[in-house]
Order: sequence, then C-alpha cells, then structure tokens
Amino acid sequence: MTSGLQSARPAGRIRRLAEKGRPQVRFRLDGVDCKALSGDTVLTAVLVSAPAVRQSEFGPEKRAGFCLMGACQDCWLWQEDGRRLRACSTLIAEGMQLRTAPPEIWP
Amino acid sequence: MTDESGEKVVIVGAGPAGIRAAEVLVQAGIRPVVIDEGLKGGGQIYRRSPEGFTRSPKQLYGSEAHKAVALHSLFDRMVAVGAIDYHPQSSVLSTAGNLLQALTPAGRQDFTYSRLILATGAMDRLAPVPGWQSPGVYSLGATQIALKAQGIALGGQTVLAGSGPLLTLIATQLLKAGANIAAVLDTSSSRNQVSGLPGMLARPTLVLRGILMRSKLGRLYHAGVTLERIETDERGPVAMHWRDARGKSRVASCDVVGLGWHLRAETQLAGLAGCSFDYDESWLQWLPRTDRMGRAGERLYLAGDGLRILGADGAEVTGRLAAIACLADMGWPFPDARPDLRRLERLERFARAMARAFPWPRDIVRAVPDETVVCRCEGVTAGQLRESVVYGGAEANRVKSLARVGMGRCQGRFCQLASVELIAEKAGLKVCDAGRLREQAPVRPLPIGDWVREA
Repeated sequence: MTSGLQSARPAGRIRRLAEKGRPQVRFRLDGVDCKALSGDTVLTAVLVSAPAVRQSEFGPEKRAGFCLMGACQDCWLWQEDGRRLRACSTLIAEGMQLRTAPPEIWP
Repeated sequence: MTDESGEKVVIVGAGPAGIRAAEVLVQAGIRPVVIDEGLKGGGQIYRRSPEGFTRSPKQLYGSEAHKAVALHSLFDRMVAVGAIDYHPQSSVLSTAGNLLQALTPAGRQDFTYSRLILATGAMDRLAPVPGWQSPGVYSLGATQIALKAQGIALGGQTVLAGSGPLLTLIATQLLKAGANIAAVLDTSSSRNQVSGLPGMLARPTLVLRGILMRSKLGRLYHAGVTLERIETDERGPVAMHWRDARGKSRVASCDVVGLGWHLRAETQLAGLAGCSFDYDESWLQWLPRTDRMGRAGERLYLAGDGLRILGADGAEVTGRLAAIACLADMGWPFPDARPDLRRLERLERFARAMARAFPWPRDIVRAVPDETVVCRCEGVTAGQLRESVVYGGAEANRVKSLARVGMGRCQGRFCQLASVELIAEKAGLKVCDAGRLREQAPVRPLPIGDWVREA
C-alpha cells in the first residue's frame, strides 16, 4: 500500500528556525529516501518531508501530531517491520524505515 | 533503593516539583527512585533539547533561564553522584498496592515503594473548535515545545488562539525566533483580564513582564474574541474564522493553529493511587484533595501542576513541601516548611487570580454546533454526545460508555472538560454534578509486545 502523503506540495509542514547546523540523518518514509537532522524527533523528521504522519481511523482527515508531549497519542506511526512508535517522543535514527500506513501484512 | 529504615521513596516526574522533592530527600539522607518520561530531567517547562543543540539557556528560557539552569545542574549533579536512582524515558503506566508498573527503554519494569510522590505535571487544557481535528492544528504547548526542543515552527503562518499566560508568552517567543504570526486570539475579554489584576499583583514583576510582552504583539493580539471555526483543506488549516469583541466577523489566513486554555492537571496516576478529587471553581477542573503539604492519602503525596496549577515556581515549592511531609511522616528530621508555606499562599493567590483573568471558555464550549468533533481520538461529535445524554443519562462515565467520549487513546485528557460542559448544559446540571471520568490503567497506550515479552 502506498501513501499519497508524498505528493502534496510543498512537501513538509515544518519551518526550521534555529539549530540548522546539526549532522544529517537519512531515513525512509513510505519507501522514499528522506533527510533529517540528528536530534530531530521522528515527528519533526517526518513533517519536514510530509504533511502528516498517518490517516485517522475515525474520520476523513490525516493526522500530524497534536500535543508533542506524549499525552494525546495522535502521532503513532509504523515501521516497516510492523512495530509502531510514538513520533513525538522518539528521536530519528539513521536508516529508520517508517510508514504512514500499516505494512501490508499487519499485524 | 531501600535504606536501613526500610523506606523506599519513589518520585514520578522530573520537572521542577520532582527535582526539588528529590533534593530535599537527598539532603535528608534518602536515595529516592526518580522515574521520568523525558530524555533529560527538567520537565516540560524547562525541557531541554537533545544532544547536539547549541542555543543558550537565555535563548531557550528567557527571563527564567537562571531557574532552568539551577534545576538542570542540581538534577544532573544528583544523577552523577548516584544520589538518586534515575530512570529516564520511563512511563509509569499503572499503580496498585505498593507497586508501580512502568515501561522503560529496557522493557517493562516493576517498582515497589513505601512512599510515593507524584509530580506528573499538567498539559494544555483544550476546548473543541470546529475543525480542530485537522492535521496542522496543535496544542499551544506543542508550538512551544517545537520551538524550544527542536528549533522549529510547525508551519509557515501561525494563528494562536485560546487564553492564559502561555498565549502571549509563546506568541512573543515565536515572533522573536522569526516565525510568522497571523493573529493571537484571546477568548478572555479585557474586562475579565482587568478583574484578575488585583490578585495577580501578588507577583507584580510577572504582571509587568506580561504587559510588556503583550505590547510587543501590538495589533496581532485581540481580546474577547469568539472562535467560530478552523477552515481546512485536505492538508490542514487554511484560515481561522473568528468574531472580534464587537461581534464583527474576521478571518485570519494560516497553515497552522495552536489552541490552548491554560493548563489541565495530569491526575491519572493520582486517581489510580486512590486520591479523591473536588471540582475546583477557580481552575474549573477536577483537582486532587490534599492537605497544604500535598498529602493525598496514606503514604501518597502530590506536588507540582498535577496538584494545583501554580506554574513552575509553585511546582518547586510544592515539590519541597511534599518531600518534607514525607520525611515528617517517616519520623525523620525535616526542614522548616513555613517559608515555603508562606510562598505557596502568595503563589496560589496569584494563580487563582490568573485563572479568573483567563477563564475556560465555558459559553463557547456549550454553544459548539452539533457537527463539531469533541473527541479528537475517535471523531465523536457534540451532537452524538448530546444525544447520548438524552438516552443514556447525564454522567461523564455513562457518556464515555455510550458515545465513546473519553474512550479513545488520549483517555479523555483533551475532551473530558468539554464533555462535562456539554453534559451539564444538556441536562441543566452544574458541571461538578456531571461526573468525573474514572481513570483506567495503563494510563497511556503501550505496544502490547513490549509489555508481554517482559511479563
């Protein structure tokens, strides 16, 4: 299953205002190569490249996180191996393989 | 760690309250266990950036930098010398008897305690605005965390809306950092704000600082607004539709919205630990019942914003008081609590006045159209909630069972207060008679594999 999140333009929603000199980290989102900076949360890293982290299960809208402090549970997304993670409280790591939709065989 | 007296004190939370509580215990010769969700100690207000970030404390915390630095270095020192048994990135998910169950980076871990200090803090208090389920709508606190901990703005053009001291503060911080702000919309009227002033003069410097910040916002800031709806497309917000204090319809274009009405105490663990609650008419939310020292029950102590919404300075005070109460109850020598009790009185006078100046927007919440989503987690609307009151009864836990408001992944954290307003309005009750959601373990969702693997 491919997500359409990549096609929206401009790609991401986030603007970097400071701390732009950190080393680059590469990861994959829905099979596409993406770049982030070391120290970015997964949420920051994803929203630099895409406007949302997942599709809401209960409505037509997508979701892009809400509280950024681990309380709302809006920003859970998938990894290619089927495990899920909370994007606002996990730091991005080199080589992470993330998905905005569940892997085809899941759970 | 258990000392020779057989006492084992566990502190949940390493914000200002948890850190000061730990300090008092360490000085008395106890080595407390400190369990905290953050990557580093400091809590939300003094949250630190991950490794590799370079902005100075002055840039991050402004006028409060010296307090942040003092707490961070105190905490790091206690960790470095092994004065506390520190568990970062660990969420306590359940408690029963003398047991805490936590999810740590190493998996599930159980902690036993003889005394428990809960310093679990607070989060944004949210009211539903039509369209707030859209991606690109965030809590006010989120826009600040994004800036402080990540150096980012969550969009290109921001509308901040709600009420409370954070609204002005965050707007100023974002502007200073170079973000575009389209409008700062305060639902509190100028009259309300003035009515809080006498009490707020308990802390004149803060009032002055607030007024200065407000003046920097100039024409971006509007008091006494009514929020009508967030216009969205598939990608997220396009504009905020609002009415000004004179009732004139206005529109502010934006691609990100930050919403928040002051704070709501995080009390789930306190509830599971057996605490009682009262509906507080100043803060318009359920707050735990304790004595002045923070004693909530047998061997249970509360501190910080999870006890009363007093802010960071108040959290340091109530953190120390909880630890002093703990020492006193153990029969250990304890420091004099009187200076902190005096401070507490002044801080509380200020905070209650502030709650009056920037109130929860009761009338706006009660008037939301039926199609407005109240529960963001599962998309339950105000209409569905109102209907369930008619056929199921006017009580928060019944509405949760029947309409699923409060049943979603946030476990009612962001919909509970709006839900009781709608129930009370529909049934003609006082809010305090519309019920309080019973908390359920685990207090946050967790991947089931992480839990059973270690069981």
